[in-house]
Amino acid sequence: MTIIEKILARASGRRKATPGEYLTAKIDVAMMPENFRLIRSLITEAGIKEEAYRLWDHEKFIVVIDHRVPPTSLPSAENQKISRGLAQQLKVKYFYDVFPGVCHQVMVEKGHVRPGELIVGADSHTTTYGALNAASTGIGASEMAYVIHTGELWFRVPETTKFEISGRLSDFVHSKDIILYIAGKYGTEVAQYKAIEWIGSAIDEMGMDSRLTMGNMSVELGAKFGIFRADQKVIDYVRARTDKDFEPVESDPGALYAEKYLIDGSAIEPMVALPHNVGNVVRASEVKEIKIDQAVIASCCHGRIEDLEIAERMLREKKVYSGVRFYVAPASWEVYKEALDRGILSRLVGAGVMIGNPSCGFCTGFQGVLAAGERCIAATPRNFKGRMGSPEAEIFLASPATVTASAIQGRIVDPREVI
Amino acid sequence: MVAIKGRVRKFEDNINTDIIAPSPTLQLPMEEMKKHAFEPIFPEFYKTVEEGDVIVAGNNFGCGSSREQATTVVKALGIRFIVCESMARIYLRNCVGLGVYPILSKGVSRLFEEGDEIEIDIQRGEVKDLKTGRVALFEPLSGTPLEIFKVGGILSFLKKRIEGR
Repeated sequence: MTIIEKILARASGRRKATPGEYLTAKIDVAMMPENFRLIRSLITEAGIKEEAYRLWDHEKFIVVIDHRVPPTSLPSAENQKISRGLAQQLKVKYFYDVFPGVCHQVMVEKGHVRPGELIVGADSHTTTYGALNAASTGIGASEMAYVIHTGELWFRVPETTKFEISGRLSDFVHSKDIILYIAGKYGTEVAQYKAIEWIGSAIDEMGMDSRLTMGNMSVELGAKFGIFRADQKVIDYVRARTDKDFEPVESDPGALYAEKYLIDGSAIEPMVALPHNVGNVVRASEVKEIKIDQAVIASCCHGRIEDLEIAERMLREKKVYSGVRFYVAPASWEVYKEALDRGILSRLVGAGVMIGNPSCGFCTGFQGVLAAGERCIAATPRNFKGRMGSPEAEIFLASPATVTASAIQGRIVDPREVI
Repeated sequence: MVAIKGRVRKFEDNINTDIIAPSPTLQLPMEEMKKHAFEPIFPEFYKTVEEGDVIVAGNNFGCGSSREQATTVVKALGIRFIVCESMARIYLRNCVGLGVYPILSKGVSRLFEEGDEIEIDIQRGEVKDLKTGRVALFEPLSGTPLEIFKVGGILSFLKKRIEGR
């Protein structure tokens, strides 16, 4: 069996899980971001009595207020108030409210994710935790309402596709470029309904932050899960954050895969996804004379310490191009504090960067909104039409290095042009 | 079950959730949210919709966010079936859980044009363009998803469970 088949089998109390079959699995951890407030109205509208509705396990459910932080409007303030009341009512033990960060970063940082676990989140980028060898995936709010009460959910066992990234990434090439390369070459449905297993020497070399980016964007390739092996880096990362036991899961040598892709990591160059689709990808060096108004490093996809370090290193003795708005928002307050203590934030500010607070805002159009005709290059996961504001604006996706290089030049460039 | 008829509303590939239910509209009451459905590519789509219209789309319908408003808003517009080449997995789950019937069939989108009349036969797993007579086959829901869909969605399923039925 593959990693995912083993986890789904274990969680549903079976010896075996076979692709295509339906099963009901017990959920190890469930996470809800700011849309937690929807639970009350969903339950009421379904005619379920509030007193009959409860939280199945207080150790296994986490809520993170993250999307519109600080509240961006009166309705968002009112909705966050609803979430606080609901958290009290359901006695939610892990309710991250004032100083959290983007939900997925908070989940891994606070030790809520452990190898071998089955995790659902009411957010599509829940696939992020695959980097920690967890089978994690996104679901809608109503399904989450079901999980909160029952601790169970149905799954169709997916086939697994193996992506082996061999070789070594070149300087200024990031794990983000691997994802964009795959999306461009094989399309954004290459892993539709499937689990991805990420392996290979380029992955082994990577730090956790880069792997989290790949787990995160596995959903942009259609994947249900994007899972990694639990090597020593994973074990150390998790051990530093939780005392709970866990059992890493490996694929069997004879496991069956839907497809296997072998990609030479050393041949991958800095890539850019052009508007308005993650699969609309070219090499950064091929982009000519695209001037930008805004650059962003933020979100659950980036905004981690490795990403901030890249921007800070590239901006030493350089400045953000006059008139370009370069926003960097650390993904969590833990990242924010580390970057503050190490002087990274003050050096970024000195180079002309505006530091945002941890939240989903810069990726989802709640902060740093784009006007019609404006262009933004972003180290975020999605470039859909209208996502950051006007449908007449354009979003280009790239790695933190390519975003920073472009912010320095005022136009989209290959980061190797700027060193 | 008799075959269902409806008017085709045609969409392309990769219709994502930011198009179906744009972020700034997610906190609006449904009656207001409806007015912004598909706005980035089709402003005022709601004015052109009739109860019983059927979406026919290309690949990867509903890709992007897990926001289920992208499914409830389609339902609120009176659309009960989405026919497409393929559908993103969270959107597919949300359709099952919220009572919009997903019909997936490779090659189906080129059989239909905007405004055509479509006939859907769930039992036979068949969609037909009544103008051209062309037919495509699909696999009807089965297993757990069908059980959930039949009782009216995941929350009705939960209600029954809570009430011990």
